[in-house]
Amino acid sequence: MSTQTSPLTSIRRTLSSVDMRAVAPFIALIVLIIAGAMVNPRFVGLDNLANVATRCAFIATIAVGATFVISSGDLDLSVGSMVAFVASVMILFMNTQVFASPLMMVLTAVLLAMALGALCGLFNGVLTTKGQLEPFIVTLGTMGIFRGLTTWLSQGGAITLQAQEQQALYREVYFGRFFGVPWPILITLAVALLGSLLMYRTRFGRHVVAVGSNREVARHSGINVSRVRLYAFMIQGLTVAVAVILYVPRLGSTSSTTGTMWELQAITAVVIGGTALKGGSGRVWGSIAGAFILELVGNIMLLSNFISEYLLLAIQGTIIILAMLVQRSLTRRA
Amino acid sequence: MSAIGDQGPVPILAARGVSKSFGEVPVLFSVDLEILPGEVHALMGENGAGKSTLVKILSGFEQPTAGQILLDGNAVNLPGNGHSERLGIALIHQELNLAEHLTVTESLFLGREITKFGFLDRPAMRKVARDALDELGTDIHVDALISDLSLADKQMVEIAKAISRNARVVFMDEPTAVLSEGETDRLFAQVRRLRAEGTSFVFVSHKLGEVMALSDRVTVLRDGQWIKTDLTRNLTADRIAQLMVGRELSDLYPVKHEPDVDAEEVLTVENLSTGFVKDASFTLQRGEILGFSGLIGSGRTELMEAIAGLRKYHSGSVTVNGTPLPSANMAATREAGVAYMTKDRKGRGLLVGERIRPNLTLQTLDLHERWGMISGTSEAKALKRANRRFDIRVRDPRVMVSQMSGGNQQKLLLAKIMELAPGILIVDEPTRGIDVGTKQQIYQFLSVLAREGHAVIVVSSEMPEIIGLSTRVAVMREGRIMGMLTGDGIQENNIMRLASGLRVAA
Ligand SMILES: Nc1ncnc2c1ncn2[C@@H]1O[C@H](COP(=O)(O)OP(=O)(O)OP(=O)(O)O)[C@@H](O)[C@H]1O
Ligand SMILES: [Mg+2]
Repeated sequence: MSTQTSPLTSIRRTLSSVDMRAVAPFIALIVLIIAGAMVNPRFVGLDNLANVATRCAFIATIAVGATFVISSGDLDLSVGSMVAFVASVMILFMNTQVFASPLMMVLTAVLLAMALGALCGLFNGVLTTKGQLEPFIVTLGTMGIFRGLTTWLSQGGAITLQAQEQQALYREVYFGRFFGVPWPILITLAVALLGSLLMYRTRFGRHVVAVGSNREVARHSGINVSRVRLYAFMIQGLTVAVAVILYVPRLGSTSSTTGTMWELQAITAVVIGGTALKGGSGRVWGSIAGAFILELVGNIMLLSNFISEYLLLAIQGTIIILAMLVQRSLTRRA
Repeated sequence: MSAIGDQGPVPILAARGVSKSFGEVPVLFSVDLEILPGEVHALMGENGAGKSTLVKILSGFEQPTAGQILLDGNAVNLPGNGHSERLGIALIHQELNLAEHLTVTESLFLGREITKFGFLDRPAMRKVARDALDELGTDIHVDALISDLSLADKQMVEIAKAISRNARVVFMDEPTAVLSEGETDRLFAQVRRLRAEGTSFVFVSHKLGEVMALSDRVTVLRDGQWIKTDLTRNLTADRIAQLMVGRELSDLYPVKHEPDVDAEEVLTVENLSTGFVKDASFTLQRGEILGFSGLIGSGRTELMEAIAGLRKYHSGSVTVNGTPLPSANMAATREAGVAYMTKDRKGRGLLVGERIRPNLTLQTLDLHERWGMISGTSEAKALKRANRRFDIRVRDPRVMVSQMSGGNQQKLLLAKIMELAPGILIVDEPTRGIDVGTKQQIYQFLSVLAREGHAVIVVSSEMPEIIGLSTRVAVMREGRIMGMLTGDGIQENNIMRLASGLRVAA
């Protein structure tokens, strides 16, 4: 079949070999940035974009974890409540000041948050796999549980970090910079890098995708399906913990409304990023792009004066539906 | 043969110079095919020759890149997505195509439900469904969920669906690959009855015996090209095989090698019981090919899954090389060198939405890890090796498994299992959907494997395969091993008598 190929056909071949679903979110991102620049020239300034990136760090890190859960064919609706719960426990612990050194306090609090996040994920995972329940129901339940516990811990009010030295030290994690780059951006990138290595370069990542595309095939291939799903939930918990670690220094306080609707935003980010909601494909960097897109839209709305920013949630809801439609049509063509 | 006159009647459906490319990859090259009224037309060719593609084009599921389709002599554009049914054209897909969450009745009436005053008339639909299934002689329950049916039963529902739509032309793409002999016979009886009434059939199969018995005419494709169309009675099975592969084929089965009398026992199964399998005991020697025969549903797969660690067993024991294997522990079975190849390649064997490479190495990723990361070069090497060993033919290496021809999927599945380098290989229906040339290669492969000192269990519903390959044959019936045949005792009638319960263990 070595017929002569004209440059045109070879271009067409390269084009058709590109997976549209993988590049679509990045194209959308570029389009949005151009649109934003037309709305308001201030928008493309490095400061503004860095600001947007910093603010999307929470959703972006959570979305990396959600990519694993969704790729393995599950769903976690509890992440928003989990943020509130883990953050509350973290602040309450910091307020005990069991160690004299503020640095020691902050470090143990960080470790505590990670452990608690992993534990929350483990809880979701055990209920879905060992309990053989629908992940939708389980995490709907734990969404209520985590939220309720937070409200109880805060007695309906706010939980605020009291120790000034800890506050001063910890503040840097959100507001500080490293070679001019805000820490949240660096940490998000690090999480994404780790996530993509795990997803694309390790046995576990392949197993996640296999479990998400066909559990029976995975089982017949000697994969411990329950364990893979469990680990995915735990990774989700860990990324929630990272988001909490970035979130707490920002305001130094939580309340029963912390993290509301974050599950919607995280899932939207993952779907925009090209990961199929029915499992079997994971796009870590796509999810990061998705989170950035969501924040950009909010930012454009803020900078423009023809859409009310009170419509933000409605717009985000529209975006997830649009993203699903685009995904559907791209799959059909493939 | 009813309607094949001298000057020839007008074909119901015809392909004129039909070509097809997927993207840049050509698959069919200007193929002609005429389907006459009331004939059974067999479409033959190697795996990947383009049979399924041609059949899909003639039933509207794919559009040709060039060429014409004539319906009753007039050029038409067939509507896609199964809407050609309205024109009297039905296709029974090679890869089963039923929605898993429907009941049998719902699936039979999908898109043409019977209604009464605007409401679904369930009793009426149930009755028609029952009749259609009865005609095929199956006792599948009309309210059963498709997802609960065995592969064979799903196939029967698919057939009932096509036949019950009073089609003028029915395309059957390897309908018998998952059927038992009894089911095949009943299907063929229906085909003959409908043919007598004027329905035409296009029949794709790799079972030459069936083609010789059932078809009126044969068309052979090779590498996407039309090779020959002729009356079946002018051809022989050998001649068809030769036309398909383009060369003379030697003996299908390799020479049998009995294992040494003192060859060690590598596998001992004692009094094994699962839900359905009762009290199964047998042994396997190094260098042996042990056949497992029996009717479909006789418990062979369940027994093998229990041995392979895929299924719990309640009592009994499995011992490999002197070490007992725990129940339902695949890690331990793998450690012991036991590998099982499923017969359900789409549902349990391969990730059809993925490409070849991740499928090949899915079960053995640990062998490709360097410092915890998967090495692409190491995987590429495995792929090259597998291609060389199993001759997996795709015209574009980036295709997804779902786009590969059925036979090449089967070769990939075997390659995937062989990545485990097992000492004991259990293959379940190893040549399902595979052409004669490749069958010969796989038989050769299994035989060499045994001679090299591995041990092989072949589970198959194809009698000639069991007889041609095995040095011993176990026959199962309703969950029990009814007897073990050896040497000259391995004969079709002995197997049949054990499988049907007419004779008890020798
Ligand atoms: N959707 C598709 N995209 C790309 N290539 C395809 C697609 N469908 C089929 N092919 C290719 O077309 C060729 C012919 O496939 P086809 O399924 O028609 O073979 P076949 O004769 O039915 O083989 P088998 O006996 O194995 O079922 C194969 O090389 C296959 O990989
Ligand atoms: Mg085919």
